[in-house]
Parts: sequence; C-alpha cells; structure tokens
Amino acid sequence: MGAKTVLTREDIRRAVGRIAHEILERNRGLDGVVLVGMRTRGVPLAARLAAAIQEFEGQAVPVGTLDIGLYRDDIPAMELRPQIKPTELPTDIHGKRVVLVDDVLYTGRSIRAALDALIDFGRPASIQLAVLVDRGHRELPIRPDYVGKNIPTALGEDVQVLLEETDGLDEVLVEAALSAAEGTGEGER
Amino acid sequence: MSEERSPAGAVASLEVKSTWTRRHVLDLDDFSRAEIEAVMETAGAMTEVLGREVPRVPALRGRTIVTLFYEASTRTRASFELAAKALGADVINIAASGSSVQKGESLYDTVRTLQAVGAQMLVMRHASSGAPYLVARHVEMNVINGGDGWHAHPTQGLLDIYTMRSHLGDLRGRRVVIVGDIAHSRVARSNIWGLTNLGADVVVCAPPTLLPFGMRPDGAPAEPLALPRVTVETDLDRAVEGADVVMALRLQLERMTAGLLPSLREYARLYQVNEERLARARPGALVMHPGPMNEGVEISPAVARSLQSTIEEQVTNGVAVRMAVLYLLARGKA
Repeated sequence: MGAKTVLTREDIRRAVGRIAHEILERNRGLDGVVLVGMRTRGVPLAARLAAAIQEFEGQAVPVGTLDIGLYRDDIPAMELRPQIKPTELPTDIHGKRVVLVDDVLYTGRSIRAALDALIDFGRPASIQLAVLVDRGHRELPIRPDYVGKNIPTALGEDVQVLLEETDGLDEVLVEAALSAAEGTGEGER
Repeated sequence: MSEERSPAGAVASLEVKSTWTRRHVLDLDDFSRAEIEAVMETAGAMTEVLGREVPRVPALRGRTIVTLFYEASTRTRASFELAAKALGADVINIAASGSSVQKGESLYDTVRTLQAVGAQMLVMRHASSGAPYLVARHVEMNVINGGDGWHAHPTQGLLDIYTMRSHLGDLRGRRVVIVGDIAHSRVARSNIWGLTNLGADVVVCAPPTLLPFGMRPDGAPAEPLALPRVTVETDLDRAVEGADVVMALRLQLERMTAGLLPSLREYARLYQVNEERLARARPGALVMHPGPMNEGVEISPAVARSLQSTIEEQVTNGVAVRMAVLYLLARGKA
C-alpha cells in the first residue's frame, strides 16, 4: 500500500548534476547541443540540466519543450485527459545534437512518439535520451544515454516523479500495485 | 479552471479528465466552461502545428472524416478539410448536389451509407435547424454541426471566441456587440451561448424586424426565448459605445422573405459598421465578421480591411479550432 521513497531531494539534485556532466563529456562541450524537455515533467528537468550546465561551464544551452500528444499511438486507450500544448523549440534542430529529457523511461512508447515529433521539425545530427528514472519493461528497442537511477519495478507498480516546479516537492516514489480503482495500468509511459 | 496543481497532480488531472466526454458537437448551449477551455487550449497547440513548415501531425491517422454539405460553403468546408488533413485523417467531401441526394435519397439513408462505408466522423451542414440532432441519434459516428438553418454553428462560435481571447485574454466583462441579421443567424446564436458562458457582456443590435421573436423591444410575442439573456439595442451608435468587439453579420438576403427592410440603402445607413461608428468603441476594438461579407452593406470596405479587422485571422483560426474539435472528439471515444 504505502509508497516507498526511492530518490530523495538530494538524490535528484546529484543525479541531475551528474547527467549534466555526462552530457558535457559525451558531447565534448556544448557545440550544437539542444536540450528538449518532454511535457510535463521533462520540462523542469531540462531546465535544471541547463542551469547545472550553465554553472559548470559558464555557458547557456538552448532549451525547448516537446508535446507528444499528437504523435501517440494509443489515443483511444489512453485516459480522457485531453491536454495538448504547443511544442516550442528554441532553434532550428537541423544538424544539432538533441538531448531529449523525460522523467521516467518505461515502455519506450512515449520516446518513440517523441522521436517522430522531433523529426518532423528537421534532421538532427543525433538524438540522445536523458531520463531521471529507468524502470524497465521496454516494449520497443529504445535505450537511454543518461540515467539518473535504474529502478527495477514490477509491472503493477507505479513510479511517481514529483518535482518542485510541478508538484511542490522533489521526490521519486514507487507505489505497490494500485487498487483497481485507479488502474491506469500498463501503456501509460 | 485555474492552473493550480495539487501536490501529486491527482486531483487536478481528475478534474480535467471529466471535461471532455462528449461524442458530438451540435451547439454551444450545452458546453461547460471547462469544455470551452479544453477547446481553446487544444487549439493553441494546433496553431503551433499550423505554423510549422510541414503542418501535419499523425494524430488521426487512419480515421475517415466525411463532410456532408447540403448548403453552399467555402470557408467552413475548406477549413474542416484542412483541419482533418493536418491531423493525418482521410477526408471525403460530399455536396448534396452531385450525390445520391439528387436521386431522392433521404438524409437518414445518406448518413447510414456514409457510416457503412467506414466514416468515423461526420461534419454536416443543412438548411433545416435540428438536422444534425436527428442524425446524431441514428449513427455511431461523431457528428459535428457545420451549420443548421438559423439554429447553430458551434465551431464558428468557438473560433470567434478563440480570436477574441487571443487579443483580449479573459472575456469576462468585455462588451461584445453583434450587429445585423440576428434573427436568421446561427453564428449569432452560437456566439451568444459561448460568450455569455464565459462572462462576456453581449449586446445584440438590429432593426426590430431582424431580431428573433422574444428579443423584440416592443415586447411582442410572449413565447419564451431559447437564448441566454443579452442586452438588446436597436441604435447602433449607442450599442457600439465602449465596445471591445464589434461583430458584423452578413445580411442573409437568401433567407429573408420580403418586407423585413425598407431598402438595403437604409439598412446600410443605420446599421453599417463604418469608421465613424467604430470611433465610438474602445480604441483598438476588434472588428469581426464571419464571412462572406456584403461589403458596403453591413460593413464598410475601409473597416473590413483596417488594422482592427480580424476577419482573415478568423479564417486562419478556424482551422486550428476545428482541428481541436476533431481531435478532442476522436480522443474522447474509447
């Protein structure tokens, strides 16, 4: 029943800092790097990565926002929540190294949709993936380049990422199989 | 709806969840404020899509949408077709002339046939008020009213609201003057429902003969007025005073039986939206018109082309708003 904390505020801060370093290392600096946060919680994470990079490198990195609502393959099955918002990319992504940022990597279907959405805007030199939590159970051949923490989960479990900007506090929780009442079940994320 | 989020986002999302469950869009009279907001927010995302180099997303790929028009239309039909295509849907356009309707096929048989062919959504326009309601009762398809008689034109109302909000923000307390042939106007009716719901101050202005029964100032027939309360004004100069929006309607000569107006010239003299009258409105007030215009009759050419005019913008916004409606309907269908 009870939710178990798997990442505390401090853990999240460290993970973001480490990923920022890894992005810099892997791309040998910031040349052509663009961060793109996926709505909803990828957006504040991308902003935090950008702030960390600014701190380490003294250089600003462009940050964009991606909404994948119009690219999902599970429209009829998904919850009725009809929110889609505009995608905002700060620059032409053609030839850039795009780092997609999301909170949880699960089936990989959201990332598949995000790749389609991004490619509609141009042809990046590369697309990399940064996630705060990888909870496993992939249904598509997709893997992350940067991971805050690998958290092995059971299918019925629910991973909740809470962030200051969207939820008022920083914490990652794993909840045991939810009662049938709130069963968004598989497919979500 | 406020943008507040609860700690876990749970309550907020539940609230949003319940906002869109409808299967048809027939008029705005049964729209909640939250539903209007859902359309506005989604249309904002669609505007972004339409601004892209390749304005196309795969959201409705594999769906078939039929437009069935029993009345002439340029912008509404084209707008729905573009909207459907921008969402990746397949579109079949059917005009009553040239279809089996001419061989005498009934409306009922026509729509059942379209459903059997595999259409999932139907956009229809019909000269008889209420026709889409009849259809909606007999099909599994989502039905969108693209205009029925004098009754309703909900997507026009939504795109007008979207246009007003993009300039004015919150419409609460805004003075919106709708001038012209109110009696025969489905656009006016849908706007009145939507705008009053959002708290705008709606003023309708027309000669008494062009006001719906029940709105006439002489208090004539006592039949209950099937519209929300609005301010009625027969003097345009007074009506326009302090207006945030002045919306001129087309004089629907084809729907008018003789005897409602002394002459077009007199109508233009008393009810044309021109520069002189517009000067009485708030500076920068928006000038709107659902089109097609009779320039020189209900609106002067100078005003129609002025910087204050949103007439072309309305057409562009129409595509985004219709994309939003199609998307929300497709998505609500479990």
